Amino acid sequence: MLYRIWALFIKEWLALVRDKNSRFVLIGPPIIQLLVFGYAATFDLNHIPYALLNEDNGFISRQLIARFDGSPNFSLVQTLTQEKEVASIINEQKALLIVRIPSDFTKSILSHRPANIQIIIDGRNSNTATLALNYVNNIVLAFNQSWVYTHHWERAPSEVIIRSWFNPNLLSRWFIIPGIVSLLTLVITLIVTGLSVAREREQGTFDQLLVTPFTPTEILIGKALPGLMIGCFEGLLIVLLAIYWFKVPFMGSMMALFIGLLLFLLAAVGVGLMISSISLTQQQGLLGVFLFLVPSIILSGFATPIANMPEIVQDLTLINPMRYFLIIVRGVFLQGDSVVDLLPQFWPLALIALSTMSFAAWLFRHRI
Amino acid sequence: MMDSPLLFDRVSKTFPRGRDSITALNQLSFTILQGKVTGLLGPDGSGKTTLIRLAAQLLLPDEGAIHLLGNSPTADVSHVFKQLGYMPQRFGLYEDLSVQENLTLYSHLQGLSKEESLSRQHELLKLTNLGPYGERRAGALSGGMKQKLGLACALLRIPQLLLLDEPTVGVDPMARRELWHIIQSLKNHGVTTLMSTAYFDEAEHCDQILLLHEGRLLIQDSPQQLMAALTGRTYLVSQISDHHPIRQLQEILRHRENVQDVRRVTEGIRVLIHKNRTVQQEKGETWLSVSPRFDDVFIDLLGSDGSVTQHPPSSFNTSYIPSPHQSVITVHELSKSFGQFEAVKNVSFTVNKGEIFGLLGANGAGKTTTFRMLCGLLPASSGLLHIDGIDMRHASSLARARLGYVSQKFSLYGNLSCDQNLHFFAAAYGLRGQTKKDRIQWALTEFDLHQYQYVNTDQLPLGIKQRLALSCALLHEPTILFLDEPTSGVDPLARREFWQRINLLASTGVTVLVTTHYMDEAEYCDRLVLMSLGEILAQGTPKEIRQLAKTSNLPEPTMEEAFISLITSHETDFLSHHE
Amino acid sequence: MNKQRLRALIHKEFLQILRDPSAIAIAFIMPVLLLFLFGYGVSLDAHHIPVAVVVEQNTQASNEFVAGLQESEYFAPISFDNIHDAQQAVINHRVNAILWLRDNFSTNLLSGEVAPVAVLINGTDANNAHLISGYLQGVWQNWLIHYAERQAHAISIPVTSETRIWFNPATRSKDYLVPGLIAVIMTLIGALLTALVVAREWERGTMEALMASPVTISEILLGKLIPYFIMGMGGMILSVAMAVWVFHVPLVGSLFLLLIFSALFLLVALGMGLLISSVAKNQFVAGQIAIIVTFLPAFILSGFVFDIHSMPSIIQGITHLVAARYYVAILQTLFLAGNIWSILLINGLALLLMAFIFLGLTWRRSHKRLD
Repeated sequence: MLYRIWALFIKEWLALVRDKNSRFVLIGPPIIQLLVFGYAATFDLNHIPYALLNEDNGFISRQLIARFDGSPNFSLVQTLTQEKEVASIINEQKALLIVRIPSDFTKSILSHRPANIQIIIDGRNSNTATLALNYVNNIVLAFNQSWVYTHHWERAPSEVIIRSWFNPNLLSRWFIIPGIVSLLTLVITLIVTGLSVAREREQGTFDQLLVTPFTPTEILIGKALPGLMIGCFEGLLIVLLAIYWFKVPFMGSMMALFIGLLLFLLAAVGVGLMISSISLTQQQGLLGVFLFLVPSIILSGFATPIANMPEIVQDLTLINPMRYFLIIVRGVFLQGDSVVDLLPQFWPLALIALSTMSFAAWLFRHRI
Repeated sequence: MMDSPLLFDRVSKTFPRGRDSITALNQLSFTILQGKVTGLLGPDGSGKTTLIRLAAQLLLPDEGAIHLLGNSPTADVSHVFKQLGYMPQRFGLYEDLSVQENLTLYSHLQGLSKEESLSRQHELLKLTNLGPYGERRAGALSGGMKQKLGLACALLRIPQLLLLDEPTVGVDPMARRELWHIIQSLKNHGVTTLMSTAYFDEAEHCDQILLLHEGRLLIQDSPQQLMAALTGRTYLVSQISDHHPIRQLQEILRHRENVQDVRRVTEGIRVLIHKNRTVQQEKGETWLSVSPRFDDVFIDLLGSDGSVTQHPPSSFNTSYIPSPHQSVITVHELSKSFGQFEAVKNVSFTVNKGEIFGLLGANGAGKTTTFRMLCGLLPASSGLLHIDGIDMRHASSLARARLGYVSQKFSLYGNLSCDQNLHFFAAAYGLRGQTKKDRIQWALTEFDLHQYQYVNTDQLPLGIKQRLALSCALLHEPTILFLDEPTSGVDPLARREFWQRINLLASTGVTVLVTTHYMDEAEYCDRLVLMSLGEILAQGTPKEIRQLAKTSNLPEPTMEEAFISLITSHETDFLSHHE
Repeated sequence: MNKQRLRALIHKEFLQILRDPSAIAIAFIMPVLLLFLFGYGVSLDAHHIPVAVVVEQNTQASNEFVAGLQESEYFAPISFDNIHDAQQAVINHRVNAILWLRDNFSTNLLSGEVAPVAVLINGTDANNAHLISGYLQGVWQNWLIHYAERQAHAISIPVTSETRIWFNPATRSKDYLVPGLIAVIMTLIGALLTALVVAREWERGTMEALMASPVTISEILLGKLIPYFIMGMGGMILSVAMAVWVFHVPLVGSLFLLLIFSALFLLVALGMGLLISSVAKNQFVAGQIAIIVTFLPAFILSGFVFDIHSMPSIIQGITHLVAARYYVAILQTLFLAGNIWSILLINGLALLLMAFIFLGLTWRRSHKRLD
């Protein structure tokens, strides 16, 4: 039986790699996409374009402005002189925000009264707006603290000390790149397996396979192995790139990551084979792949947290293998999770793999 | 000569294939006769399809010039599409659309006015007998009806030049006959036809023959002239006693000196002898001089340099005689329904060891469904199905190990090489080590595949593919062989070669179950069943089947005539029963 | 161009669409399904974030602080007895942050020293961590003001900032994500509709039959483009209607302009599908290319979730190749900001150019020949 599976595996493998186009599809795009997306997918704001409307001539406003100038997060695009310019700058997205300092700014502070500055921000992308406001607040906060200290104002009775675990500088790249590992692994696995049975059915070779002594289990294993191997290879390659190219810290156990990758691949291969055995044509297979791929990426917690979703959608994500793998990759990379820590993620993956694969094997003979 | 509708002047065409290129047509020059039917013949891969596509302006020649309907080759030919009818090998019908909708679409595309379109569609539906199926989706038509509809679509505006690429492949004899009538009747409208075909009886009815070989024109002449050249070299041999199967006589004659070719026909064995030679006639044989047929022409022109007749498969022991007491396949009251539709109704038959057993019927008669049930690909709705004593309803891996299976489409892995396909199927049947090596070596030698060993199978000519498919099915020395239209679309030489091998296999005790559309192949079967509308119509030896169709008008019906008359009467009965 | 032939081709395409439900599924069911799923599922607004609260000494001040947390819609505080349990809860993902009021919070307040409020955030999801720290600071500031008022001496802060958020004052992330989703979904639909239908004609041999008829290439291409354009516009209008009425995204700009620019984008998406089809000529390869070039680039490089300005300049350059980028900008502007011509025109021109390039390339690559 092992020998027959080996033969089937060799056949599947050759069918994949003998064709120049599919060789390229399997290797080229994932690496290019990791590099491009690794840089593109970030929530960190650098060089927030801002404009300045300073109606104050005093020295204190200049001190405040100097803090904006000195921050790597902000870059000045324009200095305005009149209020009516504000609208067009924001409308045309030349600047994300405008800092407006009123004419009595210096005077107020010198007379020991709070001075109010105005921040006008483009809320079209609410997430960017919220983050940018955070940065502005931090600058204002720092300015206040130093002013209070140097000019012996009364200090605030309390202060907040914030520390972040696992990602002290809150680089969203550290969060996103492990996510891309699972994203690309999923896409590759589905490309390899999602059309494989459907293609054999269309070409008639599947019948030929069914009249040989192969049992459905053997066919299943033979078909699953290439996807597993390619997925493993590419997954590990992408992990290495993440560690050595993007310098994402790797804190946890390689073993835990490997077990997670394997279980995730099994689940993805299972889904892929199930889709392709349900489909009678490659077109249906492709539609199936898309209908699985798109929701499973968007509802995985890759870009937007699962916790923000409504209850019912959160329940739906429980059948999404990528949800579990994302927790595993991020846990292993950033939190240093061990095998034991991740057990709650492992068993649902194993369950998904088992059920999709058995269904696929059953369909081999029963879908005609 | 310039008034010929189609003139090729030293036309060459090559296609890139990987780093190499293959020459499909090489310095080809010819003209075809105005208002006549010209048949295009040649082995697989001789360039027939390329020639027709060039003529249809779908390909550009690399060298040489093509004069189409009197236009100079450099002129803008976009307007000639209106005067051209073209039907590709796999006619592009929109399967989701009904018969009527397909016709309407093409009549609009041809720019017919509404009245023209209606009257023409009406005519064509009548001509093709598709009238009652106007509302049916093209995808639900049988193979023969699809071809007829395809032809009708190409004929909406009566073309000056009609180009047909194997219009009759995979079509049952009745539909083939109808198609041929339509084509012949077009001569009355002054239509010039160029058609490629794999059927010799069709070739005989053409006005002129172009015979292609390896991209070159081998000969151009009328079939009558070609056949006349062979006068005196063709004989019909029969044996006086019926003790031995006739295929043993065939083998004996094949090896006799000066015999160029032997062929099984209804009446006995046809023999073609080498030019200017005589043949020793043995005792117990009756030799009758007969007039040459087109098959002989083809063999004479092409078979002499091929490997076909020179390589009788040698390693078989050829002494097995089928015994009626050793049944290998038992089918009892087998039925299969898909929803409301009963595809197979109460079919029963048995096949004995060492028999070649044929399953015949029109397109859509339930042959393929029966076949798939026998192979264990489709569960039966009811009935018994035993193969070698094993119930195929619970087809175990063990039972399947005894079967060999060649499907209609020669389902090999296209992007794997010959060698890799052989290795895969050998391993699939559990061969390993030295045995596996030996068997693969046997296959390569026996089927003469050495030169294709490392070529991807999707680049092989159809005939070679089919040889490979058979060799893959025989690697594990199965005792039962299932062949589902194993020769559909394969050229005549490859077909003959294939049957030689099957004959030899049967004579070693292998049981062969085969479906086919070629009635000459039905003669090769020891026994056969004729299916129609899901039922068995007749069962017996080819001779017995022919006898059933015997009438005063038709004292000696051929297999094809028997087939048509039996099935037509059954269908008529069925219809009158249900009205 | 012959009207009768074109009409026949379009009619045929519609018949096929009606017979094969998969095209209808792609054009109408897919956008509704995906938009529903994503419109409800995708949000960057954190609500009821589980936060561990460890209070080592209960005082009025600490109670007020925790009450402030409870009142905030952003947080769902969970009480822990000691910091170790709370830390364990962070590791187990039960809570995202810890608010730790140590002994010295109350004692320092009383003694007039600065009272520290310690916050520990799980930084794995950096974006979320940023939001949490921002919200927590807000809670703290509110508390501070109340505290100062009650102590009857106003605290003096030199600079306070007053924020005015334009276009999306409530900073509902849905308001910008849903228009972005429309762009992603329409990219998929446009490419899926056409990528397979032309490849299918090649595979089934119908293309060969068409080519031997008097039909011209332009007629074949238009015969594909027009029906799927109509289908795609149907899906588009459905999506916009859902955005406005189901997800309550305000449509500030003009509906007419939205339709015009959507039509333009649809041309680009369909053109891309047609190009894939005419290059691949077989469904398997066309399908693989479609998976790779449509969804992920439109998802990540269009500015739909990830801000283009934050990307390195090289990557920003690459985003110019993604049609969805222009459409996302147009949609977010028209929905939230209104008819701002300078943005609409530039992005519209880019779309027009891409439509020309895709359709032009397709037209150039299609010959009435098989080789």
